[in-house]
Amino acid sequence: MLSAEALVKRFGRRIAVDGVSLALQRGEVLGFLGPNGAGKTTTMRMIAGCLEPDSGRVRVAGTDMAADRRAAQALIGYLPEGAPAYPAMTPRGFTAFCLRARGYSGARLKAAAELALARANLGAEADQTIATLSKGYRRRAALAAAIAHDPPLLVLDEPTDGLDPNQKDGVRALIREMAADKAIIVSTHILEEVPAVCTRAIVIARGRVLADAAPAELAAQARSGRLEDAFRQLTAEEAA
Amino acid sequence: MSGLHGLHAVTRRELAAYFASPLAYIFLGVFAFAAPAFAFNVGRFFDTGRADLAPMFDYLPWLLMVLMPALAMRAWAEERDRGTIETLLALPVPLWAAAAGKFLAAWAMAAVALVLTFPMWIAVNYLGAPDNAAIAAAYFGAWLLAGAHLAVGQALSATTHSQVTAFVLAAAAAFLLTMAGLPFVTAALAETAPALLVEAVAGFSVLERYEALRRGVIGLQDLTYFASLIIGGTAAAGLIAGLRRSGGK
Repeated sequence: MLSAEALVKRFGRRIAVDGVSLALQRGEVLGFLGPNGAGKTTTMRMIAGCLEPDSGRVRVAGTDMAADRRAAQALIGYLPEGAPAYPAMTPRGFTAFCLRARGYSGARLKAAAELALARANLGAEADQTIATLSKGYRRRAALAAAIAHDPPLLVLDEPTDGLDPNQKDGVRALIREMAADKAIIVSTHILEEVPAVCTRAIVIARGRVLADAAPAELAAQARSGRLEDAFRQLTAEEAA
Repeated sequence: MSGLHGLHAVTRRELAAYFASPLAYIFLGVFAFAAPAFAFNVGRFFDTGRADLAPMFDYLPWLLMVLMPALAMRAWAEERDRGTIETLLALPVPLWAAAAGKFLAAWAMAAVALVLTFPMWIAVNYLGAPDNAAIAAAYFGAWLLAGAHLAVGQALSATTHSQVTAFVLAAAAAFLLTMAGLPFVTAALAETAPALLVEAVAGFSVLERYEALRRGVIGLQDLTYFASLIIGGTAAAGLIAGLRRSGGK
């Protein structure tokens, strides 16, 4: 479903992403792990077509992002970092806007928006302006807009950041539910959610992939058998 | 096709956004009040002894110079500030469609504002028999002038995160575009600069072009001038917003 080959991105002199490659099939949930500033968000922006790589390429279901960006983007649902949404809109309005821009209209638009709002568990908050919503509901509003067109590839940048434990569980359950027929990338720095949601995990630091394995295999790399220790060990080696 | 979907979605969203905040009502209210106020107080509407809208159209450029930048400032600066530009860039929508949608929504607001001056039009028709075709041409000219300021203002809005900066830049640009043709500017220039340059600067002024339309003359040259400012400004806005995709964070 997704293949990213040797992605490189520089911002001025700083190299943010340095040759990241990854591939993802339907049914997989890929945890994208790394310390702050590791290049997670930059990689996800390139996959979503918001940022052009300096070199390397992204293909979504065989469609090259650089050659036919709009066809590739039609297959992606992207939750950007910080879950931005227009504050003066309601979650329903925001979801409808994204669907309309994707060519939905009439009853089809209404049904898709309704389903997405229900899946993101917005409830009565679907009709309040986003500016008045709590952080958790804002994140759900952006999530509803990202999943509304039922894309085969989901790119979620820290979808559980800032949520309370119950809300986190809700989002994780939604990801597991959608995983069956989609390919999903989830970035996080909360390691405990990796075994709970992900079938595979990639650790990156300083723009490079350090490990790509199932969460259990990754954890086994540490003497203690804990994912936290494996993560610390991997990223510490890189820092040294 | 996706371009038209995007254009429709963005235009609709932008229009809704104007009316979701007090901005639209304040803007329309100020405009509907200020345009006649200028005509009555500065333009001496009743003292001219003529039944036409010249006193209002004479002062509209000065009102548009301030109010259009206020309408244009949030177009892209807000997207950048809130991070929603990422959402926009991730949609399968070409940037020309997003830029055109934002422009059309703002231009529609300008049209509503101009329509709200209709009591003045009714008044002159009640008081006498004005040349309504000329008045229509003058309204059209004012709308084109508003469009030029909006397009330039939205392009400048794409260069910054801050709506205040966007307003100041757009107001400065509108000021320069308006002042370039005034006699005291051309006279001052004529003392030092070659005639060709003076003519070029004067030719760049929106005031000069608006003047012809205000008198009821619709010329191809003036239409081309306004169309190039509108299309150029809107295209620049899309291009500047798209720079984010190729580099800057």
